Amino acid sequence: MRRIAFAGAVVAIGAFTLLPFLWFVSASWKSATEINSIPPVLWPSFHWDHYRAAIAEHGLLHYIANSVIVATATTLLSIAIAALAGFALARFRLPWGRFYLMLLLALSMFPQIAIAGPIWRLLNFLGWLNSYQGIVAAYIALSLPFAVWILATFFQELPYDIEEAALIDGCSRWQALRLVVLPLAAPGLFTAAILVFIHAWNEFFFALIILTYPARQTLPVGIALFPGEYTMPWGEIAAASTIATLPLVALTLIFQRRIVQGLSAGAVKG
Amino acid sequence: MLREKKSEGTIASLTVDKLSKTFAGREILKELSFQVADGEFCVLLGPSGCGKTTLLRIVAGLETASGGTVSIGTARVDALAPRDRDVAFVFQNYALYPHMTVFDNLGFSLRLHGVPKKEIHARVTEVAQMLEIGHQLDHKPQQLSGGQRQRVALGRAIVRRPKLFLFDEPLSNLDATLRTNMRVELARLHGRLRSTMLYVTHDQAEAMTLGEKIIVLDRGEIQQSGAPGEIYHRPMNLFVAGFVGQPQMNFIEGRLDGHGKLHTEAGVEFDLFSTVGGRAAPDSQLTVGIRPEDLRRCASTDARFAGTAEFVEDLGSDCFVHLDCGGLKLVARLPAQDPIKLGQRIDLNVDPERVHLFHQKRRIDLT
Repeated sequence: MRRIAFAGAVVAIGAFTLLPFLWFVSASWKSATEINSIPPVLWPSFHWDHYRAAIAEHGLLHYIANSVIVATATTLLSIAIAALAGFALARFRLPWGRFYLMLLLALSMFPQIAIAGPIWRLLNFLGWLNSYQGIVAAYIALSLPFAVWILATFFQELPYDIEEAALIDGCSRWQALRLVVLPLAAPGLFTAAILVFIHAWNEFFFALIILTYPARQTLPVGIALFPGEYTMPWGEIAAASTIATLPLVALTLIFQRRIVQGLSAGAVKG
Repeated sequence: MLREKKSEGTIASLTVDKLSKTFAGREILKELSFQVADGEFCVLLGPSGCGKTTLLRIVAGLETASGGTVSIGTARVDALAPRDRDVAFVFQNYALYPHMTVFDNLGFSLRLHGVPKKEIHARVTEVAQMLEIGHQLDHKPQQLSGGQRQRVALGRAIVRRPKLFLFDEPLSNLDATLRTNMRVELARLHGRLRSTMLYVTHDQAEAMTLGEKIIVLDRGEIQQSGAPGEIYHRPMNLFVAGFVGQPQMNFIEGRLDGHGKLHTEAGVEFDLFSTVGGRAAPDSQLTVGIRPEDLRRCASTDARFAGTAEFVEDLGSDCFVHLDCGGLKLVARLPAQDPIKLGQRIDLNVDPERVHLFHQKRRIDLT
């Protein structure tokens, strides 16, 4: 009885979270009439027209390319910087280390709207509006506190002895980091990287204000600008959203085990 | 092959001079000076918190001293990074690289030092065979038992042929049987390598069996250093006398009178020894130390101590008898052949030459 109740709860929660996703996936396969019909049609008739239109008429591939460039660059740079900063905060006896970590945590809670103005002016001053480096710089600023925090706590969990063994075995600090610490911190690095990537992939607000030319716009902004003056192309939006979600689903599935290891690393000492 | 490096004529003695360490306003090491001769196995023995591990870490370069110098051979190393000191360190919890196979763990330092692959292979295989882990070279550390991990940790040190081996309580995580076995193996290993070794432990059995020289440390100060026998048979102060020896040495406090008699606080009074004369002034407070194995049963007429057995620890080979001698508590190590019942009256005597005398915590030599 309890197992049935548990299974029921799992299905209910799963359905609740998946429902919006399933709805737009299904919408992407419906014909224009099916989308607008009342009562709604639950089972689509599997039209691929919306996908074709999203790619051919709305330049979906171009937005995807932009998103891939921006999210990948953000992730690589953020993780590289955060790994060094997190290592320093975890390992060196910095007098203000703890305070700095708390400050980072506080910073990562700042509402985006509060820093939007200054960031826009900074990028404008640098001439970086509507550029990859501009949006990537803004995203790094957003994700860095969080990434440093994750990695610093992760490095703290790693036994120091192993690093010292490496130093005695002949490593410089850099070699110890590269050959011993980073491989051991891989689950943490993956976790942080995926979270940063997802954030950069999904981010809408900064992309909207920084990227005003279609040439540089990322997926969320691109999709948001699908509607024309008199049309609301629901089918194309649904198709584009489905495609936009796929990389995230794939990434999460591929690295699922790593992420779980990373997120639970603090709980059970490895 | 393993002694190649030494035959090149490297003198790898260790000299520590006036080494001190202060941390957070606390003096952890107080101007320590000692030397470990080339090829010597030296044990740093002391209770936890005495500073022995800190000392070892300073020698390795993992911590910096507040003052003093460390030299290996004739070269001062205290300003060098750990990797430039040519020392190997065996950690208490092994500190193996979890993401590498046993082979890579063993060969890591050689790889870093640019040793050719062929030679790495040869040296790793040789050491692995010596430590009987040859069949586990492809395993990851987490697939190994505690004893096997310990061997890998040892192998990682040996394969480098360092000038100096440093051991930080390497056996303390093993169970009792394994510990005894590894102890014997370590001794054999040292016999074979004849390398200079500095070994930290709080386990006196390890210290006594492994050390050619023991340095007893307490509160950041050297209490005594010498051969194991010397430490055991001629402890220079109360701390060493009490710390070395299992069960602990019996201590009897008392006041010496003008006729060489000691009046103990417990009311038991006994004729001390004529030998004491002249070495301690009458009326001074003395501590008599008697090792449990130096107490032997005797006829009641010869008895210096008489007491009742309160508790008996039977070890099979012999037994530790806890006695109450009119308020004075003693432990005697007696042969197990004649069983002792609880409450039984036991008469004991001690050979005067085997008695240790301490005045103000320092040893007074009777002979």
